[in-house]
Amino acid sequence: MVESRSEAPLDMVQMMVNMGPQHPSTHGVFRMVLGIDGERVVSVDPHIGYLHRGSEKLCEGELYTQIVTLFDRMDYLSNFNNELAFCMAVEKLMALQVPERAEYIRVIMCELNRIASHLMFFGTMGLDTGAITPVLYAFRDRERVQSLFEAVSGARMMHNYIRVGGVKEDLPEDFRQRMAKLMPQLKQGIEEGDRLLSFSEIFLARNKGIGVIDGKTAISYGMSGPALRASGVPMDVRKDEPYSVYNRFDFGIPIGEKGDCWDRYYVRIEEMRQSLRIVEQAMAQMPDGPISTPVRGVLRPPRGEAYARAENPRGEIGVYLVSDGSDKPYRVKVRPPSFCNLVALKYLLRDCYVADCVVILGSLDVVLGEVDR
Amino acid sequence: MLGNLKGLLVTLQTMFRKPVTVQYPKEHLPVASRYMGFPVLMWDKQLEEPFCTGCMVCVRNCPTQCMSAVMKDNPHHAEGKSPRRKIVESFSINLGRCILCGMCVDVCNFDAIEMSHQHELSKYGRNDNRVNLEKLLEAGKKYQEESGSVEAAP
Repeated sequence: MVESRSEAPLDMVQMMVNMGPQHPSTHGVFRMVLGIDGERVVSVDPHIGYLHRGSEKLCEGELYTQIVTLFDRMDYLSNFNNELAFCMAVEKLMALQVPERAEYIRVIMCELNRIASHLMFFGTMGLDTGAITPVLYAFRDRERVQSLFEAVSGARMMHNYIRVGGVKEDLPEDFRQRMAKLMPQLKQGIEEGDRLLSFSEIFLARNKGIGVIDGKTAISYGMSGPALRASGVPMDVRKDEPYSVYNRFDFGIPIGEKGDCWDRYYVRIEEMRQSLRIVEQAMAQMPDGPISTPVRGVLRPPRGEAYARAENPRGEIGVYLVSDGSDKPYRVKVRPPSFCNLVALKYLLRDCYVADCVVILGSLDVVLGEVDR
Repeated sequence: MLGNLKGLLVTLQTMFRKPVTVQYPKEHLPVASRYMGFPVLMWDKQLEEPFCTGCMVCVRNCPTQCMSAVMKDNPHHAEGKSPRRKIVESFSINLGRCILCGMCVDVCNFDAIEMSHQHELSKYGRNDNRVNLEKLLEAGKKYQEESGSVEAAP
């Protein structure tokens, strides 16, 4: 009896593995229910909503000036970029002209924030592939950027600095000296990190040819930002539809070839270098002058709707704003880049190994605060 | 060989460097002068009364509704000592709710509220994060001394 059983072919049984929401490499609270067959992933069932705070709905009950604080908390790694997107939407609705100096300050802050965010990505990407050292170097440099933010805006992360019509206050007096010190440090830090991790054999083995997505599929999934550019599509809002003063700078858009994890990683490294170029040019060009257009009384944009798009470190953030003429918006809809990039996860995870799930999710660089909103 | 020596050089350089670690509860890193910590109420040293008139504009503009204020007639004004007709009677902030956005400072017409450099949230008592007028003014005086902040015009 026993013998005959051992001769029968083994049944293929699918096993469900629950990854998250408290998994350290899900970068927040994200849950995937993986259906695995041995080592291979055959199905994936993503669950989001663990960090849902109802930001969009909360916006309807707040004054326009107060909403900036909510946008800070949406994508908590690129606060300036988010504030800018919302302020641009309101300015579009009110047809407000922002002073030149304010635009330059905004660009400098946003690009530094992009570098800080990508440094964070660089560190966690190392962690996801089993390299512990890079995160220490990345955080060292990110700390420098954040202490600059603290000197400028008064807060390390939740700045509330970019306001409708300009910025909160002018740059501190020692800003140029600080930047002169910071820029070489950042440059050196990025090169150091690049040398340390990018071409390491283990890192290449973990990333090359993993999670491949071609440009056409990526677009059809609605991906944007570095994740899309890694697939060879040169799409960047800063170039396609320049907002603020981005049309005055000379910078490149790095693109990848294959659209695998390594491309998504390296596009971001290259993007940091381009951001440094933008900051340098902006520092050289920055004019003197007023830093905000004063708005009398409570902000009351006229009836109507506006859509503003900007380039987040994660992709294209869009803010759709409907105003009924009162001091509070009627509706605020955010097109979050992280969420739209996360949609492609199901495609990327098909037929990969369980160990690669972590790397693929990490390479998309999602911020769950923005996915759930 | 050369690589080894280079590596050794880096090691030697870091060996004689001061440690980066700050022993946190005992030592503190200095914060920027613009740093936004918990809000405090400023004290008018000339007239010996708070700048705050309890006008509620900060209360209305707070995104988290963490504060409340009550206004009263200024007894000093009746005696002719102060130009302020109204003054704050009570003021309370729930620091556990405060998100340190600095909106109250922006909207205040009397420069009566400021963001201090105090940022530690942990307290011993259950309700110690709810501060009243007395505590806010005390913290404000401390902040004024520390920062040498400019006196606001009455």
